[in-house]
Amino acid sequence: MDKSGQAYWYAVLKLVAGILGVWALVSYGFGILLAPALNNIMIGGYPFGFWWAQQGSMYVFIALIFIYARLMGNLDRKFDVHEE
Amino acid sequence: MELQTLTYLVVGATFALYIGIAIWARAGSTKDFYVAGGGVHPVTNGMATAADWMSAASFISMAGLISNMGYGGGLFLMGWTGGYVLMACLLAPYLRKFGKFTVPAFIADRYYSKTAAAVAVICLLVMSITYIIGQMTGVGVTFSRFLGVTNETGIYLGMGIVFCYAVFGGMKGITYTQVAQYCVLISAYTIPAIFISFQLTGIPLPQLGLGGTLAGTDTTLLARLDQVVTDIGFGQYTTSVAGSTLNMFVYTISLMIGTAGLPHVIIRFFTVPTVAAARSSAGWALVFIAILYTTAPAVAAMARYNLISTVHPNVLTGEQLVVQDGGLVYDQRPDWMQRWEVTGLLRWEDKNNDGRIQYYNDRNPAMAERAAAVGWAGNELTVNADIIVLANPEIALLPNWVIALVAAGGVAAALSTAAGLLLAISSAFSHDLLKKIFMPTLSEKGELMAGKIAMAFSIVLAGWLGLNPPGFAAGTVALAFGIAACSIFPALMMGIFNKKMNKEGAIAGMIAGLIVTLFYVFAHKGIFFVKGTEYLGLIGGANSFFGITPEAFGTIGALVNFGTAYVVSKITPACPEHITHMVEDVRTPRGSKAIDGAH
Repeated sequence: MDKSGQAYWYAVLKLVAGILGVWALVSYGFGILLAPALNNIMIGGYPFGFWWAQQGSMYVFIALIFIYARLMGNLDRKFDVHEE
Repeated sequence: MELQTLTYLVVGATFALYIGIAIWARAGSTKDFYVAGGGVHPVTNGMATAADWMSAASFISMAGLISNMGYGGGLFLMGWTGGYVLMACLLAPYLRKFGKFTVPAFIADRYYSKTAAAVAVICLLVMSITYIIGQMTGVGVTFSRFLGVTNETGIYLGMGIVFCYAVFGGMKGITYTQVAQYCVLISAYTIPAIFISFQLTGIPLPQLGLGGTLAGTDTTLLARLDQVVTDIGFGQYTTSVAGSTLNMFVYTISLMIGTAGLPHVIIRFFTVPTVAAARSSAGWALVFIAILYTTAPAVAAMARYNLISTVHPNVLTGEQLVVQDGGLVYDQRPDWMQRWEVTGLLRWEDKNNDGRIQYYNDRNPAMAERAAAVGWAGNELTVNADIIVLANPEIALLPNWVIALVAAGGVAAALSTAAGLLLAISSAFSHDLLKKIFMPTLSEKGELMAGKIAMAFSIVLAGWLGLNPPGFAAGTVALAFGIAACSIFPALMMGIFNKKMNKEGAIAGMIAGLIVTLFYVFAHKGIFFVKGTEYLGLIGGANSFFGITPEAFGTIGALVNFGTAYVVSKITPACPEHITHMVEDVRTPRGSKAIDGAH
């Protein structure tokens, strides 16, 4: 792989790591491990930890995919590897 | 109109629609049969993927399980949606760039090995059949109630109908049929939820209603529900975890990576026009899925509340629940209970002979004592979790047309997924196994025929096993995800992210992951899910591995897969250079070509 190709791949890995970091934080973090602590906070009638497990994480997942698609598109163009 | 007649009408009309579409779009060539001619728009594809994905487990079974489990049920919600993030970031765009249209075809080329492909096909077949058993369980529940037939007849009917449109339609038929099915099942799911949310909280949007206050009071629904369930001896709704936190954690992982490794879902991302479209398609699929998945927890909590307030009328008056002469008088039970009693999925047994229904957690010693003090002699009502969603509109006394619509939705959910899975089975068997490995001279016609025979065989097998299912629909389906998680997902991921992974590593990894997982699952559920062949003694009792349930074990299998693959790849010949170049090429979007359907 040439230099620019390698730089592109590292940029991709960095982006994916960021996306998956948030992904793990909202589900395994807020939704499971931290849920008992967060349940002390009430948001709109929901205990907050419960909300993350049964509502919030799903909204974040959707946002993450579209953010990922968008940022990947930018990366593709920046490194000039986008589809014609 | 009579409920029974209305149900026949609505279910019949939706069937006619699906079959009509399937015939209208009947597939011609083999390529058409599998990938619908290449160019499907991301939004259309997302909707079809959503229908394909949301099976009887999601539609019929999941909310019922959440209803029983409370907070811990969130593992299904997070697990079955979070997998799409993995799919979008880790697999879909790269597999699309690769330009093959089945998972085994990718494995065969990436691992330069027919053996690897054959192993992948075996993993895929085991996974798909397990999945279809879950669907057949769902079909059985739906038909047994709504068409007034036995569970068995329901399964036979479902088998016949799935066979018809999977075999005669192909993917093109299925893509557009599935768009129609999505529309049917999502309205069937959300309409009753909106009605019920409005009834209970005055807020029509179920996602907000779940956090709302009960109409006419200043207590929130969830707080009241917590109070009511703990009053009758169950764990608090908003904090209960089934098993341990560790089990919830690995269960969620298993469902997530299983989702990303599901061949019948991945196949969808081969049918979009570009790599960029593959990325956003996963997002669209998740949007359509989340409409149901964010509604499900509201359905679950409200159904639990409605069910308990039906059998304990004191819930509504605010009086004590556990009292002498508490509980609903059996002879005054609502019609829906009588209707479900016929199916055997809801049962009442008058243990203290007082003619009233006492529903509580008699396995909680403190509760059992309190109950005994007021003359209750044990829990008298058993409700199968799989009936909750279907019975939900009846419990809330909604109009008959809503009940009929839910029946149609349940059937749509079960059939659409079964059809998508059958297609994956048929292409894996006829194309990847027969044509590519054992019978290279097979004609196109012969291949199609072999595919159809494989479908027919799988339907019969799954239907037969579905007569004695290994668990609730969602539980059985979770097992299938565990199998995908332990076998397919690691092989795909390493194929893209580890240039050095060689065929020996991948093959050993898949085999080790699959064997370890099946060994643990079969110990609990019987060898190939045949009842009576469980061998729990051999593994030291149920959930003996750190309290992990068989449904969650796919995560452990995946770790075994990754570990084995890594070690074996280090001590066997390195991956050839042209393969590392190919992997590098897959990592950049440029030069993605139309799907390589020529064979």
